Amino acid sequence: MALALFYIAAAVALASTALVITRRNAAHALIYLVVSLLSIAVIFFLLGAPFAAALEIVIYAGAIVVLFLFVVMMLNLGRRSAERERLWLQPGMWVGPSILVGVLFLMMLYVIVAGAPGTTEGTMVGPKEVGTALFGKYLLAVELAAMLLLAALIGAYHLGRRYLGDRREESSRENRP
Amino acid sequence: MTVPVIPIEHVLALAAALFVMGLVGVLVRRNVIFLLMSLEIMMNACGLAFIAAGAKWGQPDGQIMFMLILALAAAEVAVALGLVLQLERRFDSLDIDTAGELSG
Repeated sequence: MALALFYIAAAVALASTALVITRRNAAHALIYLVVSLLSIAVIFFLLGAPFAAALEIVIYAGAIVVLFLFVVMMLNLGRRSAERERLWLQPGMWVGPSILVGVLFLMMLYVIVAGAPGTTEGTMVGPKEVGTALFGKYLLAVELAAMLLLAALIGAYHLGRRYLGDRREESSRENRP
Repeated sequence: MTVPVIPIEHVLALAAALFVMGLVGVLVRRNVIFLLMSLEIMMNACGLAFIAAGAKWGQPDGQIMFMLILALAAAEVAVALGLVLQLERRFDSLDIDTAGELSG
């Protein structure tokens, strides 16, 4: 039965990813990207990596995609934005993502109602083993990742700061009568 | 605790398919936002391959590599979106080809 769950989640992932790269509208594509990430998180759970699945949802779907959304919304400041937002949020565009997420939801309901899927072989690698290895033999990699993130933080601040400063000047100039 | 075995070949095939989709997105689309989304899809496919390998051998190393990929993706997206804002400000467009001044 778990195999069927895997194939359904894989089909949802493939379908939503194909829809991501073919959308014309960035906001629609981001919604399909969230669906794709959720179905890959389901596959992580089925592969016995629950910690990675949680990280996939929290960091990818929760942080990175929201960052994308912020920028997409920011690029549409001004007069056209209200009209664009109306076009983005037409009721018809929710049908596709809702069907795909509904499939994932039915899978979750099935797992909850039927209990844990049948156990054969294979091992689950829990957060404890991951944490022990991460702060044991991979400590140097953690330090390097921290330095990378710090560099990215400074870089993003530097690149975005001037943009925001200009925007503020423009808007204050516009507001002046 | 045991979990059901999923054939690793199928997981790797799925990862390869997702990676190719991301690659096609990078090659076909010219909007910077879509390029970045395709990059995320490709990195996610790599992560899926690492998780599958880690699950195959029952070792935590696959998940650790996935976490490092996650950190890389977060760093990449933060800097790249800053560049997107600059691109939009300088060229008033999100088309990556408008920023081809250095290509001669």
